[in-house]
Amino acid sequence: MRSLSRLSGPAVLGTAALLLLTGCLGSSGSGTGDQDANRNADAKKVELTIGSNAVKGGKSSAGATFIEDVLIPKFVAEQKGKGVDVTVKFQGDGSDDEVYKQKLSLDLQNKSGPDLFQIDGIWVGEFAQAGYIKPLTDTVGDAAKVDDWDGWKQIPETVQQLGSFEGKRYGVPGGTDGRVLFFNKKLFQQAGLPADWQPKSWDDIIAAGQALKKLPGVTPIQINAGTAMGEATTMQGVLPLLVGTGATVNTDGKWLGDTPQLRQVLDFYHQIYSTGLGDPVLQREAKGRDKSFAEFAANKIGILAESDYFWRSVVEPKEGVAKMADRDTAVGWALIPASKPGTGVKGQDYVSMSGGGATVINPNTKFPQQAWELLQFMNSAEMVKASLDGAAKITQRTDVNNEVLATDPMLNFVATKVLPITQFRPGLAEYPKISAALQQATADVVGGRSTDAAAKAYEKAVETAAGGKDKVTSN
Amino acid sequence: MASASAGVPRQPARDVAGLGVGRALGFVAPAMLLIGAFLVFPALWTIYIGITNYRLTGIEAISPSIVGLRNYTDALNDTLFHNALWLTMLFVLGSAIIGQNFLGFTLAWVMRRARPVVRRTVEGLVLLAWILPSTVVAYLWVAFFDRDGGTLNSMLGTPGTAWLIDYPMACLVIFNTWRGTAFSMMLYSSALQAVPPSQLESARMVGASGWQTLRDVVFPHIRGHVLTNTLLISLWTANDFSPFLLTKGGPNHESETVPVYIYNVALQGGELGYSSAISFLLLIANLLVSLIYLRLLRRRS
Repeated sequence: MRSLSRLSGPAVLGTAALLLLTGCLGSSGSGTGDQDANRNADAKKVELTIGSNAVKGGKSSAGATFIEDVLIPKFVAEQKGKGVDVTVKFQGDGSDDEVYKQKLSLDLQNKSGPDLFQIDGIWVGEFAQAGYIKPLTDTVGDAAKVDDWDGWKQIPETVQQLGSFEGKRYGVPGGTDGRVLFFNKKLFQQAGLPADWQPKSWDDIIAAGQALKKLPGVTPIQINAGTAMGEATTMQGVLPLLVGTGATVNTDGKWLGDTPQLRQVLDFYHQIYSTGLGDPVLQREAKGRDKSFAEFAANKIGILAESDYFWRSVVEPKEGVAKMADRDTAVGWALIPASKPGTGVKGQDYVSMSGGGATVINPNTKFPQQAWELLQFMNSAEMVKASLDGAAKITQRTDVNNEVLATDPMLNFVATKVLPITQFRPGLAEYPKISAALQQATADVVGGRSTDAAAKAYEKAVETAAGGKDKVTSN
Repeated sequence: MASASAGVPRQPARDVAGLGVGRALGFVAPAMLLIGAFLVFPALWTIYIGITNYRLTGIEAISPSIVGLRNYTDALNDTLFHNALWLTMLFVLGSAIIGQNFLGFTLAWVMRRARPVVRRTVEGLVLLAWILPSTVVAYLWVAFFDRDGGTLNSMLGTPGTAWLIDYPMACLVIFNTWRGTAFSMMLYSSALQAVPPSQLESARMVGASGWQTLRDVVFPHIRGHVLTNTLLISLWTANDFSPFLLTKGGPNHESETVPVYIYNVALQGGELGYSSAISFLLLIANLLVSLIYLRLLRRRS
């Protein structure tokens, strides 16, 4: 008897606990929909926090400087005029995007986190599905108030997609970008290559790489690969190459599987990283992307595929993370060619990919109305222009772009030559998992596995991520 | 119970302290509550999450469903999990069972007769490696192994060798041996004091070699210590997360031990359900290892 009760004691306790737990997971999120959107609307003392993956003197330094030194003081002053005492804090981060995303998800899951925060456009889907963010009309509570904001008219439809999911607006996008091939003109001159280089096919890239290879201590080509670089591998590497073969990652609702186009991309990676045209070790290092920036700035990398972010925030002479004092004369750029002329998506000769982030409101903020006011304020023409601080950037607002882009040849090039031919990533919740599988496939190839093995493993991963064979294309 | 204690006890009192059940329970209750809140509850919670498809983001974050044992069957067929298990075994064998044990014992044995100044200095240095925060230590070792301008490369004259990329597991084994030897050294130092000097003296008188003395005189005395030490450092090493600080499990999963794998699956992949299931498997593996050691210990006594 005693031994039985001794055994059953813990068992009963355990079972009871399990029963108690069942149903607890996740369910807490459903309660937030009932919150009053007008809570604290008339408060005279307001506290708001802005979160962003930017930090003064580090990652996206200019963005952090703008928020802390311009946006916050101006907003506080404006609110003071209305008799409201607002305190706005900036919660800056300077980490890899994936790490920032993890931290934010954990915060939001626990109903905390900043009142307003910036996220990558491709996270909107999974955050929305998880209930971490809600449509602006829900959070603000008044559809007319949100939809009547005059700023929407200035934001192109494609750019608005960056802050939307399933046809609903979750946040205000913060501009967009475009991918090009950057090259070091000094190295090009030494290798006997033209300063106005524009490859017409992948073979032209390889040919330039072979010329650069003759220079001592120079890595000819950097096309991001591997899992350590995260989304930078997909966005700067796989996807621009993929659209250059005529395929996209999601066509008619089906995810890309083990297709000839995928293999063509992986073969290109293999060609670069197995023949000394690229540095396979750099792709495997934990801080490989930062190192590739530093090497480009030190004239050790010839060609590097990146978005205009590279021009604005990396090799930028004053505030960049890998400053190049002679950026304006030393760095050239070219459109990314399709694998062969005319083989790109929609029959294009040149291709690109674009992305961008959005600023969203935390559904659990204490001050939804004031957060919406701040969101409008930071996306007003005046503030967007102020955020540039004399520099140029492709902003979300057409009126601002028309004014500022003419001053910067590189960004003007992106706005006029790249954006018309670019593609956006699908705003679907599965995308990050598919992206991870693509990164793994390049990691396999760069690590020495055959294209065949990598492509097969990729397809298996995609089938799991997409939820079935019928959601994946294959040849 | 209270009324029974007033009368004549029918059997010898098992309640040695004479507290009575009520008061005894009162005394253990705080401890039990703490254990319940911080140990039992999280463990049960982990088991529960492990049978769901709970995710960090996406639709399964808000409405996860019970998937039964699927996470466990998936884990058993997951080549990356097999890889992680294998690497963890290598890590434990190389850095704990062989590395820390051997180096710790050697240091303790050699330092036994060293001058106090030398002994204190060596012990101090070895302890320093143990007490420094992991992040600081990891930073130093990353700088040591770094490909561009790393200390090791300038010492060996091998510029450009990416040690953490080309030999990630070997680096981790060396790192963890260095990091954890202090514990074994201290444990063996005190264990060696339990060896009767007279026996060592006798061994010397009959002309036993150093190795024979160790095997026949010293080892029988410290066998229990060896087992206890090996058990502790194996478990610590198997659950150690500091490899993440050096390699993040990379390149391409080549140094992804089980704790690092759990982290990557949970937070990078967002698969909280699956990673909980793997955590539970790791817990079971730890229990199994403990049981084997306890068995060995009991057989000795």
